[in-house]
Amino acid sequence: MISYTHVAKTFGRVVAVDDVTLDIAEGEFLAVVGGSGSGKTTLLRLTNRLIEADRGTITVEGDDVGQVDPVALRRRIGYVFQSGGLFPHLSVADNIGITPKLLGTPGDETAARVDELLDLVRLDRGEHRDRLPAALSGGQRQRVGVARALAARPRIVLMDEPFGALDPLTRDALGDDYRELHRKLGLTTVMITHDMTEAILLADRIAVMRAGKLLAQGTPAELAESSDAYVLELLRTPRRQVARLNARLPQDGAA
Amino acid sequence: MSLLSDPRWGEALSHLPDYLGNHVRVSLAALALGLIISLPLAIVCRNRPVARSVLLALASIVQTVPGLALLALFYPLLLLAASVTLSWFGVSFSAFGFLPAMLALALYSMLPVLRNGITGLNGIDPALIEAAQGVGMTARQSLTMVELPLALPVMMAGIRTAAVWVIGTATLSTPIGQTSLGNYIFAGLQTQNWVFVLFGCLASAVLALLVDQLLGLIETGLRQRSRARTAIGGLGIAALVAATLVPSLARSSASYVVGAKTFAEQYVLSSLIRDRMQETGLSATTRSGLGSSVIFEALKAGDIDLYIDYSGTLWANQLHRTDIKPRAELLTELKAALAKENITLLGELGFENAYALVMPRKRAEALGIRSIADLVAHTPTMSIAGDYEFFSRPEWAALRGAYGLAFRAQRQMQPDFMYAAVASGEVDVIAGYTSDGLIAKYDLVTLDDPKHAIPPYDAILLLAPKRADDERLQAALKPLLGKIDIATMREANLRASGNDANSSPDAVARWLWEKVGKKVTSLRPRTTARGSIRHRSEDG
Repeated sequence: MISYTHVAKTFGRVVAVDDVTLDIAEGEFLAVVGGSGSGKTTLLRLTNRLIEADRGTITVEGDDVGQVDPVALRRRIGYVFQSGGLFPHLSVADNIGITPKLLGTPGDETAARVDELLDLVRLDRGEHRDRLPAALSGGQRQRVGVARALAARPRIVLMDEPFGALDPLTRDALGDDYRELHRKLGLTTVMITHDMTEAILLADRIAVMRAGKLLAQGTPAELAESSDAYVLELLRTPRRQVARLNARLPQDGAA
Repeated sequence: MSLLSDPRWGEALSHLPDYLGNHVRVSLAALALGLIISLPLAIVCRNRPVARSVLLALASIVQTVPGLALLALFYPLLLLAASVTLSWFGVSFSAFGFLPAMLALALYSMLPVLRNGITGLNGIDPALIEAAQGVGMTARQSLTMVELPLALPVMMAGIRTAAVWVIGTATLSTPIGQTSLGNYIFAGLQTQNWVFVLFGCLASAVLALLVDQLLGLIETGLRQRSRARTAIGGLGIAALVAATLVPSLARSSASYVVGAKTFAEQYVLSSLIRDRMQETGLSATTRSGLGSSVIFEALKAGDIDLYIDYSGTLWANQLHRTDIKPRAELLTELKAALAKENITLLGELGFENAYALVMPRKRAEALGIRSIADLVAHTPTMSIAGDYEFFSRPEWAALRGAYGLAFRAQRQMQPDFMYAAVASGEVDVIAGYTSDGLIAKYDLVTLDDPKHAIPPYDAILLLAPKRADDERLQAALKPLLGKIDIATMREANLRASGNDANSSPDAVARWLWEKVGKKVTSLRPRTTARGSIRHRSEDG
């Protein structure tokens, strides 16, 4: 569905993405994990040409992205921004309906689609439709962000640390809800995260990046076989946290 | 008489449709032009740091030029442009009035629009611009659907600032021939008619506030996506323009325009000439408050039909002569030179308005000073005041050269305040004007100029080239020639400097006609070497 072949991108003297080769199958949920400056966000932006690659080839649904119109490309790929990226001067409904509007979808059709999407991301239609983003909570904003990404019925969704800024409960609920949408709608999802726990819980496969390089890729089980110390350290972190949590919490009881 | 029952309010009000209408038209046209240029520039430059700083620097420089100078600069610039288009394409345009005022004001409006436009567009969270790209907007869609709406409040604040500036500065377009609310202010300041000054200031302030509020309504309308508010604001502006168009369309335009410079004597004489012409059935109007560099060019170009100038002024400023000749010779030569430009020197009114060194009579008598030659010995301990241009005029150089004057100090002053300053001893001598009524009022004396260092400044009536053969006009004006002597003009000027209803230029003009029109005989021929020196300020 998406493939990167020897892709590289340099900003000045900083090598952001260094010779990355990676394939994502249709229907797959891939998480790209790495610290800040690892190049994971750059890799995501290269996919829909928010940034242009210096070298290598990226194909989306068989098309070389370098050869297609970037605006058309972006309209067929859903994109969820870090903290929503909602337009503050547009209502929830107008934010969600923006890509269909750009595609020339008739207004009433878009309105129906907006209601459908509000249901899908579990927001009350009547209550939220006409609000401005400033009147929403962080979690609601991110749900609108997801709905907006899905509005034009893309087959691919790119997510840039979508749940990073949310409180743990909201984050958990939203992650589960999205995972369900991914399955139900048959999406192919690439999610950027710095949180290995989130990656293990949501993704089918995980790609680990560091200093622009792709260190390892595979299912959590496959990653555990890696010989790379950084990858193993990342993988051990969730379990170590769980152990510490278990030690600190009573073994029986509500928690 | 209470301030409110002063009949001059009524007179001021009668000019309002004309002045306000012209003011609104030139301001809004300038603002529209400024926006048409500035907004695209702001958009184009928002992501180009070099272009942005160059543009803002240029706009800031324009802003540092005083409004009056900026407006005045556009006049010669356009004259030049008009002569270029005439020689290249065979078409010319009037460099007088509306066009230079609109262009200068448009330039003046650019800084706030550019600065706020660029600030507004640059202040948008880059994440939102990326989001606009990410959802599939083209650059243009991102601009119109996201960037402009988000920058709108800051941009509108700039537009509102520009509107207030332009409406305020438009009062300064009077001297370049554009009628505006400044006509009240210029006329009022020169004739000490504070009612006019106050009225002009109030009217332009109210207009500025009104336009600001209407723009504010449009702004909140756009921001809250309320079509009603936007429409009300837009309709308000449109109604304002329409309202100002109606009276000027209804008014038949007069066929003759009498020009006047920016001082009381000129206001009075232009009113007098207009009244004379109307009396003989010629439709005439005045265009007053014109800068002295503008008025001659306006006459030459036919933008005005006639005005009063002073022989010595034209001698120095138009003929660029520095030598000084006796009156009659100078007039003959001047007449011939003007004729080459097809301008008719119809004749002299009978008085001179020349520069003269003036001091209190008592002090002059005490010191035994009658002429400038007597003054010389005292100058090292004396101070002198002149108007804003006197000390850079050739007359001053000639005076100093001829008599070897060396004053302890020299100061520049608003002409109207000089006389009080010398009367009170604030300064010892002033370079006053021979026809000024304040000379008599403060019991001052003009000092003789035995060496004739200062050229004669006969008040002369000039006609535009297109009026050279207009016999009806010349017949209407003939009764004024040679009728106004210096004493009469001084008295008229003194009346005009009063601060009451009888001191309006129109009222003084009527008084003046009463006085000179009734005379059957012409004034006695004047003797030469009447010991005074000449001229008047603003006459640069």
